[in-house]
Parts: sequence; structure tokens; C-alpha cells
Amino acid sequence: MKDGVNGVALAVFIFFFVAVTVMGFLAARWRKAANENSLDEWGLGGRSFGTWVTWFLLGGDLYTAYTFVAVPAAIYAAGAAGFFAVPYTILVYPLIFTFLPRLWSVSHKHGYVTTSDFVRGRFGSKGLSLAVAVTGILATMPYIALQLVGIQAVLDVMGVGGGENTHWFIKDLPLLIAFGVLAAYTYSSGLRAPALIAFVKDTLIYIVIIVAIIYIPIKLGGFDDIFAKAGDAFAQTNPATGQPRGSLAPGEAGQWGYATLALGSALALFMYPHSITATLSSRSREVIRRNTTILPLYSLMLGLLALLGFMAIAAGVKVDNGQLAIPQLFETMFPDWFAGVAFAAIGIGALVPAAIMSIAAANLFTRNIYKDFIRPDATPAQETKVSKLVSLLVKVGALVFVLTMDKTVAINFQLLGGIWILQTMPALVGGLFTRWFHRWALLAGWAVGMVYGTAAAYGVASPTQAHFGGSSKEIPGLGEIGYIGLTAFVLNVVVTVALTFVLRAVKAPEGTDETSPSDYTADAGDPGVKTELPAPTSGGPGGH
Amino acid sequence: MPEVPDEKPPPTVTPGRVIIALCLLAPFVTLLWVGSYAKIEPTFIGIPFFYWYQMLWVPVSAVLTMTAYQLWKRDQRSREGGASK
Repeated sequence: MKDGVNGVALAVFIFFFVAVTVMGFLAARWRKAANENSLDEWGLGGRSFGTWVTWFLLGGDLYTAYTFVAVPAAIYAAGAAGFFAVPYTILVYPLIFTFLPRLWSVSHKHGYVTTSDFVRGRFGSKGLSLAVAVTGILATMPYIALQLVGIQAVLDVMGVGGGENTHWFIKDLPLLIAFGVLAAYTYSSGLRAPALIAFVKDTLIYIVIIVAIIYIPIKLGGFDDIFAKAGDAFAQTNPATGQPRGSLAPGEAGQWGYATLALGSALALFMYPHSITATLSSRSREVIRRNTTILPLYSLMLGLLALLGFMAIAAGVKVDNGQLAIPQLFETMFPDWFAGVAFAAIGIGALVPAAIMSIAAANLFTRNIYKDFIRPDATPAQETKVSKLVSLLVKVGALVFVLTMDKTVAINFQLLGGIWILQTMPALVGGLFTRWFHRWALLAGWAVGMVYGTAAAYGVASPTQAHFGGSSKEIPGLGEIGYIGLTAFVLNVVVTVALTFVLRAVKAPEGTDETSPSDYTADAGDPGVKTELPAPTSGGPGGH
Repeated sequence: MPEVPDEKPPPTVTPGRVIIALCLLAPFVTLLWVGSYAKIEPTFIGIPFFYWYQMLWVPVSAVLTMTAYQLWKRDQRSREGGASK
């Protein structure tokens, strides 16, 4: 890390990066449709992806570079508590099995590109739709920024980026180049670019994980030794807290936190705009259901990856910044060329989600802010143009964020983003199953959840931070420590249900519902559902 | 949150649908009950129970979702005709 540039690793890294860049630009010609100037084409890849492309795309999208760095880093730092990512990603799939096909159907029928499109169409409320859109954009921005943190970690370990005294421009140049290239091909190829690159990314990731999980334990003397060493390390007292550093299994006190974090994160994942973008780009609702049965392969990979955190401890990797633990482990254990492959996997792993996230955020802005509030008469071609530009702006914003502010700011915001995005669930998932909730009640519930979640997270202190020190806090009335996002969500639902009773009693105007029950089960090929929609304008503002 | 995907207007409870619901619900019950698996022993090739047990649930849960998917397809086929449009 401090002993100069790792030339071989860097060369391998650059080779893959260049290959992926070429693919990104060529992707524009892949499965190209006649009408390229529509948001369906640029922002959803023509809604044409089959089971395997969707599998790679969703896998590439959900399991980000930050995940690869942060999950083992959490294990490295505290042990068992960091493993919640595994139950979290297991619970996601049965959950989305129940509601995503309905969202796919109604979106296909009405040409919805974003979740806010659906909320507006279902509840006839631009206010509620705006709330969902703003929440989505706010939650996505720091997530993009964190992908940069993932790339930075890899560059740091390869010795690129210079020391503390290097001029900031030279130091950040590799990152600037990586993001400039990413922005360019996202702009020209849209969702097709990350879809194609995802193949490379996931293939590399799977190879690296399989090799790591076999090769490293052999070198370290087996799992018995690894866990014995990790157990000793966790038992040592942390001078900052006066308590043991961590544990191999969560104690009584940590179990509520573990379960609520897993459940809350599982509920939140498919509220994120980038998850929905990847879902809506699939060809049929069968593709989605089938994917819920094959996506768990990624969860297995994540579990193995998490175990690398223990290996980093056993291998004697000592880093102040936990995020460097895994890249450093790779550099220590692997021959240079394979370390390069591993770094490329993480680096490319950052590009795929960053591209999809910026497209998703851009779609939200274009459809639910620009078209609903600024230019209601925008044509599909204008929409696409705005979306492309906004996708650039979003990335520049994320870059400025990471370069000018402390990394912890991005992490804090990402933590908040998870709490926030969960508050859109009653409107979205509730709306997919019932029209009973009142739109104003949903808006009020959302506001209460947002305010409570933000205030509660602000109040969490850690040994190193006065605010936003973590995502768990005592659950009011229960006395257990639990995930703030889930507490806020429960509060949100209670307010929504109570106010719905009140608003229904006083007969407050309900708004127009442009969907009909059969829309939720429509599949490709049904009347009124084209496999490839020509223009995303059928669900115009206030449409019916 | 309704766990049974009651997609057709007259949602009737059939044995098949109860099994679908159970398949989808099972991982929630087992994994959120952290106390049932928060222990070190028995280890598997040196990996504490806490870790291998949760990782075991990845394939188990995938098989359960797959079962639910197959049952759901059969359920839909048996309803074809009466419930379309």
C-alpha cells in the first residue's frame, strides 16, 4: 500500500477497464430498436431483457462494489453483526416474488418508467408522486458516491493516487478518468451499457470469490485457524469503547438489531430506483419470477465474501480504514496478476451500479419533476435528452461530493438514504395491492417516517462520531435496540392507516385511479400490452 | 404485507396457495429468529454454526421460492379461462 505502484496488478486492471469501456460504447448497437429517442429505449433498454440478461443486470446492480468492500469490512471490524447482509439478501427474494410482477404488469400496461409514475397514476396525486421521486433521488445520490469510494479503495491499495502530499488533481486523476468514461458511455448507450458490462463484472467477481475462498484458507491453515484467530482478535478490548471489539455470534443484546436490520434492508432494497429500473427492463413478468429463484446465487457469493473479513484478520492485515481490508488481503495473498483481476472485479463492480443508479435518478427527475411540473408537453425525444443530461449531472454531483467532502459524509447519507427509501413502501407496495389507503394519509405517513428516521439517526453517537454514528437505536416502547428505518416504517404505516380512516370518514377527495384490477396481472402478449412500447407517454400527467 | 399473491379478483384460499404462502414465509420465521442460531457449535469444517447455518438457508430458501413459483404456475393454469381479462 505504501510501497509504490503495483505494476503488474495495475496493468491487468487497466486491461479490463479498457475492454469494458469498449463494450460500453458498443452496447448502443446491441438489441437496438428503431425508436432510439425514447426513454423506454435509453432508460429501460427497450424493456426487452430476458431471464439471463436480467439476472446479470440485477446481480450487477444490487451487489455493488461498495457491498464487496463494506460487508467484509464490517465483519473485519466487529464480526457477527456484519453478517446481517446474508439474511437480508435471502429475505429479499420471497418478498419481491409477491409484488414485483404486479408492478411490472401495471408499468408495462401504462408505460410507467419509474415508481413515481405508478404512484401518480394509481393515486392521482402529483404531490405523493413528487415525494416518492425526491426520496428516490436523495437516496440514490450518496449510493453513487459510495461506488467511487469502492474504486478509491482499490486504487489506494494498488498505489495509484499518490500519498497525502500529492497535488489533489494528480491524486484524483484516475478516479476522474474512470468516471468520465463511465459518464460518456452511459450517455450514449443508456441501460444497455451496464447490462452488457454486467456480464464481465459478475464473471470476474465469481472467479475471484471462488479462488479466494479456496486458495486463502489453504494458505492460512484452514477455517479452524481462521476463526480461532478472529475469535482472539474480537475478544480484545477496544480502547475507544472499553468493550470487546466484536464477537463470532451475536449476544442477546444484538439479536433484535440483527433481525430488524436484515428485515428493514430487505424491505428497502426494491424501493431503490435502480432496482426498479433493472426490473422494468425485463421482457415479461415470468422473467422476474424466474429471477427470484436464481438470484440467490449472489447471496451465496456475498456470504463467502463476508467470510473474507475473518481471513483478513487471520492473515494479519492491519488497516485503519476497514474499507481497505479486503483489497489489502488480495494484495497480500494473491500473486500480482490475480490481485489485478480481483481489483478489476471491484472497480468494474462500481461502474455497473453507478451507471444504473444515475439512469434511474435521471428517469425520476425527467418523468416526475420535469414532465409533471416544468414541461408537461415534453415529447419522448425531449424526455430522453433531459434524462441523458441529468444522468451526467447526477454523476458529477456524486464526484464533487466524494472529492470535496469527507468520506464519512457519503456513508452517513447512504445510511439515511436506506431509512428514507423505506418510507416510500406503503405508497408503492400498498398501492400495488389495494386502493384503500388515502393519498393524503400516505403523504402524511411518509413525512412522519422521514422526520422520525432522520432525527433518530442524527441522535446516534459512536466513539468516532457525534451524529449518524449508526443505524440502530432503542425502539420506543420495546426497549430493544433495532434498525431505525424499520421503526420509522412502522410509524409510517400506523399514521397512514389511522389517517385513512379519518379521511375516508370525512370523504376527502380520493383522486382518480387510472389503473384497473386486470392491469396488475397483465403479461406480455395480452391485449394492450406490447412487448416493446413505442413511446412512454401513455400514462401522461393526470391521465385516465 | 399480504404474503399470498392474491392476483385474481375473487381470492380464494386453496391448499396450494397455503403451501405457496408457507414457502415464502418460512425464511422470514427462521432467519428473523436470531436466537435460534446465534451460537458457535456445531462447527462445519471450522466455520461456526452461526455462519454456515445462514448460508445453508440461501439454497433452502431458493428451493422454497422455486416450489412456490411452480405451484403458482399450476394454480394459474387451473384458473385459466374463468379468471382472464
